[in-house]
Amino acid sequence: MQLARVVGEVVATRKDETLLGVKLLIVQPIAPDGQPAGRPIVAVDEVGAGAGEHVFFVRGKEASFPFLPAEPPVDAGIVGIVDHWSVEPPADAAVRAGAAE
Amino acid sequence: MQIGRVVGTVVATQKHARFEGAKLLLVQPIDPDGNPRGTALLAVDGVGAGVHERVLIVLEGRAAGEALGRKAAPVDAAVVGIVDRVDVDGAL
Amino acid sequence: MLLARIIGTVVATRKDPRLVSTKLLIARPMDPRGKAAEGGCVIAVDTVDAGVGETVLIVSGSSARMASGLKDCPVDAAVVGIVDEIAVRE
Repeated sequence: MQLARVVGEVVATRKDETLLGVKLLIVQPIAPDGQPAGRPIVAVDEVGAGAGEHVFFVRGKEASFPFLPAEPPVDAGIVGIVDHWSVEPPADAAVRAGAAE
Repeated sequence: MQIGRVVGTVVATQKHARFEGAKLLLVQPIDPDGNPRGTALLAVDGVGAGVHERVLIVLEGRAAGEALGRKAAPVDAAVVGIVDRVDVDGAL
Repeated sequence: MLLARIIGTVVATRKDPRLVSTKLLIARPMDPRGKAAEGGCVIAVDTVDAGVGETVLIVSGSSARMASGLKDCPVDAAVVGIVDEIAVRE
C-alpha cells in the first residue's frame, strides 16, 4: 500500500457496468515527508474519502476485493483514510537521544 | 520479497473492515547494504515488528493477505519477518 | 521468471510461522548475458537447495506459491531452478 493525497475526482458516464456507482478519485502518492512521489493515478474509493484527504491505497487485483462478489476491473483502491502518521528519526539518532537523557 | 526498514507508523480510523486491528507500518525498502530504494510503502504487520527494525516484506496481494491471516483482504504488502542478519558476498 | 545470481543470504529468526525453516536468498536479477539487470535485489525462498554464487531461476508474484512446499505461504518470490547453462543466439 502507499500513502497518498486525494487531489481530484473523475466522472465517467460510460464505463464497465461493474463500476456503476463507484467513485473514482485521483490520488497523488506521497512520501512520508508529504512530498509527491511519482505520478498521480485513479483509484476507486472504498471508504468514503474526499478531496484533500490523506489516504492509503492498495494496488493490484486486491483493490477489487471490497466489491466481492462483484469483480470490477480495477487496479487501485483507497482502503483507508489516514488520521495521522509518524516518522521516527533513524535508530542511531534515537540511541543518541536516549544517551543524552 | 524485499528488505526494508520500518520508519514509522500510520493511524487510520476509517478503513476497510478487513484491516480491523491490523498494525500499519511505513517501510522504506533498502538494498542489502542498507541504502534506501524508492519510496516508503505501507505494509500490514504480520510479526510484531517495530520502528527501526529491518524487516522482510512481501509485495503481492494474496501473500500479504495470508500474512494478515485474512482471505480477500485488500492488501498488497506485509511484513513477514524481522531480519537478524544479512550476508552478502561482496565479490558477486 | 527471472534469471538471477545469488549474492547472499538473509537470516530472520522471528518470522511468519509458515516461513520457519525456509532458506532466504538474496538474488540479483540479471540479463541472459550475465549483466546485472535494472532494479534492485529480491529476497527469494529457496526450494532447490541453491547457494551463493549460483545462477538461478526465480518465479515471482502469486506464482511463487506454486513452488514446492510454498502453498498458502506469504511469499512472492521463490528460487525454483539452478541454471546450468544459458545459450543466447542473436
